[in-house]
Order: sequence, then structure tokens, then C-alpha cells
Amino acid sequence: MASVTAPAPVPAPETKERRYLDYGQPLWRRVLLTREMAIIGLLIVVIIVASAVVPKFGTTVTLGFLFLDVTPILLIALPMTLVIITGEIDLSVASMVGLSSVIFGVVYQAGLSMPTAALAALVVGAVGGTINGLLVTAVGLPSLAVTIGTLALFRGLAVGILGTTAVTNFPRYWTQLAKDKIGDTGIPIVMILVAILAVIFAVVLHFTPFGRGIYAIGLSAEAAQFSGVRVKRTKLILFVVIGIISALAGIYYTLRFGSSRGDNATGMELQVIAAVLLGGVSIFGGRGALHGVIGGVLLIGVLASALRLANVTSDVINIITGVLLVLSVVSSSILAWVQSKRAKPGIPRRQTTDDAPTQGRETNEKGIT
Amino acid sequence: MKFGNKLRTIAVVAALSLAFAAAGCGGGGDSSGEAAPEASASAEEANLAITFLPKNLGNPYFDTSDKGGETAIKEFGGTYQEVGPAEATPDAQVSYINTLTQQQVGAIVISANDKQAVCDALTEARDAGAKVITFDSDTNPDCRDLYVNQATAEGIAKVQIDMIAEQIGDAGEIAILSASANATNQNAWIELMKKELANHPNIKLVDTVYGNDKDQESFDKTAALLQSHPDLKGIISPTTVGIAAAARYLSTSKAKGKVALTGLGTPNQMKEYVEDGTVKEFALWNPADLGYLAAYGAKAVITGEIKGNEGDKFTAGKLGEYTVGPDKTVVLGDPFKFNKENIDQFDF
Repeated sequence: MASVTAPAPVPAPETKERRYLDYGQPLWRRVLLTREMAIIGLLIVVIIVASAVVPKFGTTVTLGFLFLDVTPILLIALPMTLVIITGEIDLSVASMVGLSSVIFGVVYQAGLSMPTAALAALVVGAVGGTINGLLVTAVGLPSLAVTIGTLALFRGLAVGILGTTAVTNFPRYWTQLAKDKIGDTGIPIVMILVAILAVIFAVVLHFTPFGRGIYAIGLSAEAAQFSGVRVKRTKLILFVVIGIISALAGIYYTLRFGSSRGDNATGMELQVIAAVLLGGVSIFGGRGALHGVIGGVLLIGVLASALRLANVTSDVINIITGVLLVLSVVSSSILAWVQSKRAKPGIPRRQTTDDAPTQGRETNEKGIT
Repeated sequence: MKFGNKLRTIAVVAALSLAFAAAGCGGGGDSSGEAAPEASASAEEANLAITFLPKNLGNPYFDTSDKGGETAIKEFGGTYQEVGPAEATPDAQVSYINTLTQQQVGAIVISANDKQAVCDALTEARDAGAKVITFDSDTNPDCRDLYVNQATAEGIAKVQIDMIAEQIGDAGEIAILSASANATNQNAWIELMKKELANHPNIKLVDTVYGNDKDQESFDKTAALLQSHPDLKGIISPTTVGIAAAARYLSTSKAKGKVALTGLGTPNQMKEYVEDGTVKEFALWNPADLGYLAAYGAKAVITGEIKGNEGDKFTAGKLGEYTVGPDKTVVLGDPFKFNKENIDQFDF
């Protein structure tokens, strides 16, 4: 941004109107040569390699199981992306999956209908999200501390309500619905819901003022506040939404495994956050895109699926996923550093001048911002 | 020059994919993954590729049981494989079951983390031709072909009363240190122990206390028991946490050697207290035998030797002949007693 507003000396003598296009990179380059596309590219490579090397990987059955496995992570990763882009985090999502699963089961067991039970679970999700949101915005506590607290709180409630028992007598129609496939494609019906939500979140994040506000908050909450973004309201809304989506994932989780238990989805928050970060979202906020996150979730899912089929043990799968995550985070930091060293902002890209003093000044200016 | 950086990105990506490809090839090549279908071909009709799926990997109990399974499978010439999740969460086994379904193994021998959560996946596996044998921890009975039970509640209750009777000379006050007041298993055992005590008129059960399966609580409850019942001759703790905590208390108290302690424990926890004389004998089943029997059960189901009907018989190698009971269940037998003579042979 600094490069556009900076009073850069234009060495070209002709008085040409300065346009963004002269300074920005071409569209194809901005779309394709990104962190997000690197992850999607890696995903495609992994799929191709796995199909060729791992027996029985390239089948619709694998695809079906894969989607069923990643659905709860994919669901929660959508709002988590928005929350992390604002520079906040929500660690209580997996506990909320467990709590909503328990509420869903208990309400159904009490004799109410499945839709009522689902509604009750979603309401609990909204309430839990509101608690997180208010503690972060109204009280002003750091979300890391708040959601570590509610992580324990929600899980404690979940295990406390059902103890070591489980509710398992869900009607077959509903549990089957969570697993049914679209025709012979092997794609579960639930993916339609995921796809709709993904589109909604992508539009909100990338094509609305609300979404631009999310990025602005992540880059500088104060600056965003002064430029008219309602910072607290935005964050509160996001925490409520992530609570509701976590509850939705909890309902799906319960139906898929036909079992409502307090310890359902233990540890899933880290899988979600790992996938979001792998997808190119900055943990410091302000940077990231939804297609990268979806790519990240699928990449981890495909890797795990392929390695399992290749009889690699769970420990090794965890090691490979961990190394991948560390490499991806490290590589983006290194690339960002290299780019900041080499970038020549302020100089129209189509003019190949080598104006050393200008370069130095502009780099400094960028360093300050 | 920006493009150069991007090229670098692509290079990193390519390197990562290569790393994965190498890992993928390595994993597929040297493990028994490709052996599964081959085994089915060489063993003609019966697919003796048997996979053990414990609650989680890296758990000494399941390492022992699965090793027993491996021994059995080698004896009858099948293919042994062990897979499992890193953590024992309710759903974690599902993706492994799905994978095994795709690999078309002959049988899945599983200790279920959740009675219900694995059920649908196991049903799919059975529809695809795999046999499902549960051991240690059962699923709902309609999700599996056979359950290999480590011990019956009656057997567990009886062995503990027998041991305490023997250790205190069949007379005196005893107490029970259990897990929590609403632990289903423990309560069932305690009820059966009370019935069993009718055969020992001189033994008097004076108290039942609950340590909630927490080490410190169990430790404190043991101390309290000894204070409130000065004539106490013995303690039964039908939970592995309780017996270890009680032994730790007794081993440093004046009551060491005077108050007998027995119950259900694991050898690694109890070794030092058996060696220092605090505990004479305690019981549990032998996980290696359990795995061994489960493997033979799997073979019998695969070959059609048993259909899972009550009264079906099959031979389990060195363990001898077994009969299928109600609910497609086979019981390993009486609990195994651990004492100074045999405790060094176990590591779990």
C-alpha cells in the first residue's frame, strides 16, 4: 500500500496516467503463483503420486471415506480461517463438538425429535460462541487465554453430563443420512452442505466489506477501527459463527459414528488449526485465503488416507504431517524475507530501470510499514 | 526477479512431493501391505490375512496381546499385521477399519474404543467379506462375528475371594478398595464377590471404599481404611489403579506383611511390591494368551470351522479346545495369577 501512495519519482518523461495495473503483477500471476496455489498444487501431486503408487487408493470408496473423515475438520476450518485472519484464535472448537454431541444425544434421549435435538445443539453452540466472543471483545481478554479456558469448560460439561455412558440409539434414517453417497460418485451427500457453506464463507471473506474488514482487523485492529470497521462487533459475530459451525460439526460427528459421547473429537482443534495454517493463513492475522485452507485440509486428509493404505503406522503419519506443517510455515517466512529483500516497490514493473538510490529508499519505506 | 522466487516455491513444493512419494513407496514396499492380497491367493480359498487393531499403539498391554496373536498366526501360517491409531479416541479406529476394508483382509481382530462408534464401519467390512473378531473390549454383539472375552465376571470375582482367603487363612476382616461408586464393572464384581463370600463364613467384609481410579485418592483411602479398621486382615482392590496405590501405601507402613493385598493389577505396576513382599499374589488375565486365542478364533471363523453358534468348538493351538458360548462369545478362562515365581516373564 505504501508503494502506491508514496511520492515515487517517475523517471519516465512522458506524462502517463499512473494506474494500479502498471504496478501490480498480472492477474494470472497473482492468482496462480501464491502460497494457496502451491498447497493446491501439492495436493494434486500427492493425489497423482498416491493413485499411481498406493494400491486401492484411486477408487471412489477411498474418496467417500476421505470426505467423511475430513468433513468435521473442513466445516470448522471455514470459520476458523476468518477468526485467525482477524488475529484471534478459537481453541475451544473440539470441546464444543463434544458438548454439542452430548446435548444432541441427551435431548434426543429425553424423547424429543431429531430436529429439536439438533436445534438445541446449535443453540448451545451459539451460546458457547457468544461467551467466547464477549470475553474477547467486551472484557478485552486475549482469545488464546479465553478459549483455553472454555476448551476445558466445554469438555468438562460434556463429560460431566454423560459421564462414561453414551447415547447410541439414534434412528437409522438419520445416521444413514450422514454417510449416504451421491449416486455412484462416492461423494457423501453431506459434502453438498460443506460446499454451500464454503461458497458462503468464501464470498463473505473475499467479496464483501465485512470480509475486507476481517483482513483490516488482522493487519491492524486500531487502523481498522479508525477507518470505520466495527472491530468488536466483527469479532463477536465470528466467535458466535464458529460456535454454531462447531455444533453443526458435532451433530454430524454424532450421526456419523452413531454415538454421542463426552470425549468425542478430543484434540480436533489442533487438526483444524494445523490445516488452516498449512493452507497459508498467517497466525498473526491479516493474511490467508479460503481456497488455500480447503486445500490444506484435503492435503492432510489425502496424505493420511494414502499413508494408511500404504500401511504406514499412525506415528509416522503424524511425523510426516508435522514435518509438512513446519516446512510450510518456515518456507513462507523465508520466502517473505527473500521477497522483502528483493522487492522493488514504486517502480512500474514494465519499466526496467535500475535506479539504485530509489530502490534503497523505497525498501526502507516498506520496512517501516 | 520475483518469478525466480516463485520458481523456488515450486521447487520446495516439488521437493515435498518427492519426500512424500519416497515415504509412500517405502511404506508400501517393506511392510506387509502388499502381502495381504498375495496371502489370500497362496492360502487358496481361506484368506488368512489377519490384522490386529488395538485401542491404540504404544500401549504395553496391547503390545503383549498382539504379540500373542502374531505367535498364533505364524503357527497356522497366516499373515499378521497390526495397525492402530496413536490415541484411543472413540472414532480413531474407524478410518483404520475403512482402510482394512479396502485392503480386503481376511479378519479384523479389534479391541473397540467405543461399543457403537466402530459398528457401522465394521458392518461395512463384514459386507465386504472380512470377518470381525473383538477381544478385550467388545462392540455391540450384532457388529462382530466373535467376541473373545478375557474372563467372566464370575471368574474375576471368584479368583479374588480365593486369593484373599488363602492369604489371610480364610478368617478375618477384609475391605474393598474400588474405583468409583458407579463403575459398572467393579460394582458387578463386588456383588458377585459378596455372593462368593457366603462360602467363607469366617471372612467378614467390613467396608467398601472408592478411590475413583485416582492414585492419590486411592492412597489416602487405604490409609483411612487401616486407621478405621485396626483389625483389618486384607484388602481387595479390583482395579489396577487402586491396587498399585494401596501397595505403595502398605509397602511403607507398619501394616506391610500383616495386611494382605490382592485384586486386579498389571505386572509392571506391581513387580516391586511383589518382590518386596507387600503383595503375595494378584490376578489379571494374560494378554498374550488373549491375543493368541483371538487369532485362532479369527482363523476358525475364516475357515468356517465355527459359525459363531453356541456350542461350536475349535482348537486354539497350545491353549486347547474352546467352545463358543451365548452371544457368540468365547471366554479365555480363569484369570491368571501373578506371583513372585512368574511375574518376571511379563512386561505390560
